[in-house]
Amino acid sequence: MSTPVPQNKVVQWIEYRLPVFSWAIAHGVDYPAPRNLNYWWTFGSMAMIMLVAQIVTGVLLSMHYTAHVDHAFDSVEHIMRDVEWGWLLRYAHANGASMFFVVVYVHIFRALYYGSYKAPREILWWFGIMLLLLMMATAFLGYVLPWGQMSFWGATVITNLFSAIPWIGGDLVVWLWGGFSVDNPTLNRFFSLHYLLPFVMCGMVFLHLWALHHRKSNNPLGIDIKSPKDTMPFSPYCTTKDLFTGTVMLFVLFVFVFYLPNTLGEAVNYEKANPLQTPAHIVPEWYFLPFYAILRSVPDKLGGVIAMAAAILILFVLPWLDTSKVRSARFRPIYKQLFWVFLADCVVLGWIGAMPAEGVYIVIGRICTIYYFAHFILIMPLLGRFEKTLPLPESIHQSILDKSLKSKTGNIS
Amino acid sequence: MLKYVISFFASITLVFFITNKLYAAGDAPKPPNIDWHQEGIFGTYDKAALIRGFQVFQEVCASCHSLNFIAFRNLLEIGFSPEEVKLIAAEYEVEDGPDDEGEMFMRSARPSDYWPAPFANDKAARAANGGAMPPDLSLITKSKVAGSDYLYALLTGYRDEPPEGFELSDGMYYNDYYPGHQIAMPQPIYEESVEYIDGTEATIEQLSKDVTQFLAWTAEPKLEERKRTGLKVLIFLAIFAALAFVIYKRTWKRLKIKDTEE
Repeated sequence: MSTPVPQNKVVQWIEYRLPVFSWAIAHGVDYPAPRNLNYWWTFGSMAMIMLVAQIVTGVLLSMHYTAHVDHAFDSVEHIMRDVEWGWLLRYAHANGASMFFVVVYVHIFRALYYGSYKAPREILWWFGIMLLLLMMATAFLGYVLPWGQMSFWGATVITNLFSAIPWIGGDLVVWLWGGFSVDNPTLNRFFSLHYLLPFVMCGMVFLHLWALHHRKSNNPLGIDIKSPKDTMPFSPYCTTKDLFTGTVMLFVLFVFVFYLPNTLGEAVNYEKANPLQTPAHIVPEWYFLPFYAILRSVPDKLGGVIAMAAAILILFVLPWLDTSKVRSARFRPIYKQLFWVFLADCVVLGWIGAMPAEGVYIVIGRICTIYYFAHFILIMPLLGRFEKTLPLPESIHQSILDKSLKSKTGNIS
Repeated sequence: MLKYVISFFASITLVFFITNKLYAAGDAPKPPNIDWHQEGIFGTYDKAALIRGFQVFQEVCASCHSLNFIAFRNLLEIGFSPEEVKLIAAEYEVEDGPDDEGEMFMRSARPSDYWPAPFANDKAARAANGGAMPPDLSLITKSKVAGSDYLYALLTGYRDEPPEGFELSDGMYYNDYYPGHQIAMPQPIYEESVEYIDGTEATIEQLSKDVTQFLAWTAEPKLEERKRTGLKVLIFLAIFAALAFVIYKRTWKRLKIKDTEE
């Protein structure tokens, strides 16, 4: 079954000292993936492509960028105007961040739909949430670097959130800033951390994949792999599929890079940061909007910060809040519907986050925030107890055979 | 699955619709949408308009506004010849130095110099403009949500008298499209403000359109290169995706064949 290591002398010499080849074959070629994986299972590899793309474009950009309040904005324009292909690098990096979030959010909602966070994949899930947190931090830090109006004021608003922490809040913010306001020391450390965190993410991806390869992938049926018949080797099956979907993703990304490069950004960020002039609306990037809406839904500053943090941290305990024994929503008729309600709730929250906090927007924001938490704290525990789940198929292989039998006899039910 | 996706989008649209009815947005007028030459997948700059727009900028805007990210050499990109650029640059003086005596000195500008700002610093700019700061124009079309549409609407949106009941502060002017309607910049463009070298009739609309296109170029000088490259990249990726799809489907057929053999 396992693919042999090539007999080449050099390969063998290395293999004897460090078994990189057999390791790469075991994890990149022979790794048994469930045979019924659908397109939703290709978003993990897309996220990996995006991480690499962001690092490559980011490293090249950093060669021309100057992390100083007097020069940052100008150096970005220098990249856009004078650096060979600089405009492409910058637009690819800025829109790449959005693409990265799109595929990661789909990846997360796929895990929610098919119950991928449940035993025995809790630690795998935890690494995923930590990756999300790192990614959010990196994106926020990166958005500050061009030192436009929204960079500066976004940084001011977000760092100020830490001042809500009782007792130490005030000192903590001064420590984060490296001064008494967002200024040059802040920009310098943000650049340093923005460069550092993606490499921490690489390490975290390694752990994420280690946990994945130890307990193997979940699948649309949510049942365990029972025999080799249920699996296919990662290469060529997953690799060819990922190559296809990865290319489609790049196509979408490049539509934005080449034809809508500033659509997802804020126009006012093409104005140089001015600490004396606050923009009319301070809005975060689209991928933070649902959390921003939750933050603003709580009338109290500290409460808002806690709610926003809890919105992500609650995911850590989701494997225990969800009491259902069945993983996949395919066999959970009520959860299957509530999943879409929850997704709609998140989208509405995102839209509320982009609106001014006034009038009816506040009311909708609060209802959606309450529902967001109710989904985890009330619905997930209770649903597992009371929901009548559908019978699970015997095995992945059997369900594939049944399906092809059905399509042959023309039975449409 | 499809059923859920449809009802998902239907319900979200419903929420948006109801809320918009309940809560209409503010009264800021939307600038009219103009079909700019540089819009669309194959959009390119109208070179003649850029040259005219440069003339408007030079003769009208430049007396108060800077254009910090544009060097004289950049004018080559909109169709000026190297000789013309040298001549244009030579009309301006820039500070250089220090020389061997340690003194700063003025010399005529060269193509490699950046467009000289009309004021020495922000304070001087404010002092000369009744306390208001004329913004740098290099990125002005990109830093506004409605972009070129906004700039054109602003330039053509002045009214001699504010509408009845509107309190206009001293030294301010009424504009339909400026947020809050009070703007410190007096109407900059009038009929025949500029005598076009190419003989185009200099109406307010023509002058405004031309200078807006020039400033769209200063904000996004690589637009044409970007769109040209994009087309090639997307065609390549489309073909590559199609090939990848065929490879994927062919590969997976092997799995099905294995099943039927059993």
